[in-house]
Amino acid sequence: MGVKIGNGERSRPAISIFGLSKTYASGLQALKDIDLEIRRGEIFALLGPNGAGKTTLIGIVCGLVNPSRGKVLVDGHDIVSEYREARSLVGLVPQELTTEAFETVWDTVNFSRGLFGRPPDPGHVERVLRELSLWDKRDERIMALSGGMKRRVMIAKALAHEPRILFLDEPTAGVDVELRREMWGTVRRLRESGVTIILTTHYIEEAEEMADRIGVINRGELVLVEEKRELMRKLGRKKLTLQLAERLHEIPPALTGYRLELSEDGRELVYTYETQTGRAGIAALLADLNAAGIRFEDLQTEQSTLEEIFVGLVKGER
Amino acid sequence: MNLYAIRAIYKFEMARTFRTLLQSVVSPVVSTSLYFVVFGAAIGSRITDVDGVPYGAFIVPGLVMLSLLTQSISNASFGIFFPKFTGTIYEVLSAPVSWLEVVIGYVGAAATKSVGLGLIILATSSLFVPLRVEHPLWMLSFLLLTAVTFCLFGFVLGIWAENFEKLQLVPFLIVTPLVFLGGSFYSIEMLPPFWQTASLFNPVVYLISAFRWSFYGSSDVSVSVSVAMTLVFLSACLLAVRWIFKTGYHLRT
Ligand SMILES: Nc1ncnc2c1ncn2[C@@H]1O[C@H](COP(=O)(O)OP(=O)(O)OP(=O)(O)O)[C@@H](O)[C@H]1O
Ligand SMILES: [Mg+2]
Repeated sequence: MGVKIGNGERSRPAISIFGLSKTYASGLQALKDIDLEIRRGEIFALLGPNGAGKTTLIGIVCGLVNPSRGKVLVDGHDIVSEYREARSLVGLVPQELTTEAFETVWDTVNFSRGLFGRPPDPGHVERVLRELSLWDKRDERIMALSGGMKRRVMIAKALAHEPRILFLDEPTAGVDVELRREMWGTVRRLRESGVTIILTTHYIEEAEEMADRIGVINRGELVLVEEKRELMRKLGRKKLTLQLAERLHEIPPALTGYRLELSEDGRELVYTYETQTGRAGIAALLADLNAAGIRFEDLQTEQSTLEEIFVGLVKGER
Repeated sequence: MNLYAIRAIYKFEMARTFRTLLQSVVSPVVSTSLYFVVFGAAIGSRITDVDGVPYGAFIVPGLVMLSLLTQSISNASFGIFFPKFTGTIYEVLSAPVSWLEVVIGYVGAAATKSVGLGLIILATSSLFVPLRVEHPLWMLSFLLLTAVTFCLFGFVLGIWAENFEKLQLVPFLIVTPLVFLGGSFYSIEMLPPFWQTASLFNPVVYLISAFRWSFYGSSDVSVSVSVAMTLVFLSACLLAVRWIFKTGYHLRT
């Protein structure tokens, strides 16, 4: 296989996963025949309920979990036979907060860099620590830091060797709102510098805010992989709420073809529609309302969030 | 070779050693002194000399080996058990390092500490008894070889053990008896015939005997057999570590 420069280089996926399965020693099948391709330079959000298999999937790619079946390539390198090439490209921030206690922040981040085979570069380590607002804490022992700070130390460790691919397993669990926003900023800047990012999260808001593509995993199966926008468009429902000029007692028979709901007090009419059906539906509805002599004073639309989409998906699967 | 990784692990482990330097140095010095008081003074007053060596001086090589073995095993096993226990091992497992690089880092650091300890004990001993070393190069080589071998064994033990009990069980149930029955404080020839034969199945006898030979030029068993046996054990431990990292035994799930 020759090294293709230009197009081929750019289009080679960051990670390719083929037929990946994992059965733990307990007999539990945590992953079932997963096929997945992570594109270079994207932010991919992996969503799924507790125990879905997200951490297992990440563990396999990073060398912490033995796959039972299947194959994983990182930038074209097999994670088993070419583990050196594969692993030196990857940085991992695991879900659990596991840090040294007695080491200083500075030492532990430099340790990580060395471990991944990179020559010392105090300048780079300084940049990482500054980016994560850890520079002032560099001489502190890790055990003296707060939980959120420890989380950032783990991110700093993962970035110490300048990885091209970064796994963030619930990076913002237990992190306050302000810090979460800061982290999102960091992740975006990383993406701008060309780093591919795979993150898992239970905060749908986070995926909605950050991700280019979203994968939903449930009980070890990849239920769906979709562009975020596409997903929202396809599965997203919109709600049109009409504030009526006059109280309505019931929905007129002429309008029963629409998915309409009347509020208790009869002052609000709510129309739910798939975004795909689009505006044609609204135009027709408004015309029919007019014909029925129903007038309204105001209207607003709302788009359903990823959370609603996601809950719907997982429920359907169960 | 990922030399930066080896250096990182080695440095990290040495830093851990230096954080606990006081107890690492003080406890062997104190226990060695105690041995001298108990064995050297109390028993030594009854046994004047063994093979022409004053009893106090005779027990020095055995004492050094005793500490070397137990310290090597406990240092190295703890060095790998602890990150496994706390979970920080994830980083080493996800790093682009080969099993050999990991081993050189961890075992190298543990062995460095052990050899340092052995030398400290020797120095302490020389305060109590006049020491004579007939083959200093051999003495140092034995020190190094034994330290490396048993650090490797400790490393395997640390990976194998899933909990603190198991971590302590093997040294307590197997290593300590072997070491105490290994002729640290007596010459095999001082035992009844049955126990003399039984002792020949104790690998520690060979280690201590050969080590003593480097001091006083006389040995219960053949020195080359001792070296060969140690090398075989060392290779077995290396193979075990290689297998562990290949299969992920007790490391990966
Ligand atoms: N070492 C293990 N041995 C046996 N079963 C395991 C092991 N690790 C995970 N599992 C099981 O595999 C399944 C998937 O776990 P995993 O940690 O990958 O889920 P997850 O999607 O990351 O969940 P969460 O959102 O809670 O982090 C779960 O049922 C879990 O109990
Ligand atoms: Mg998880």
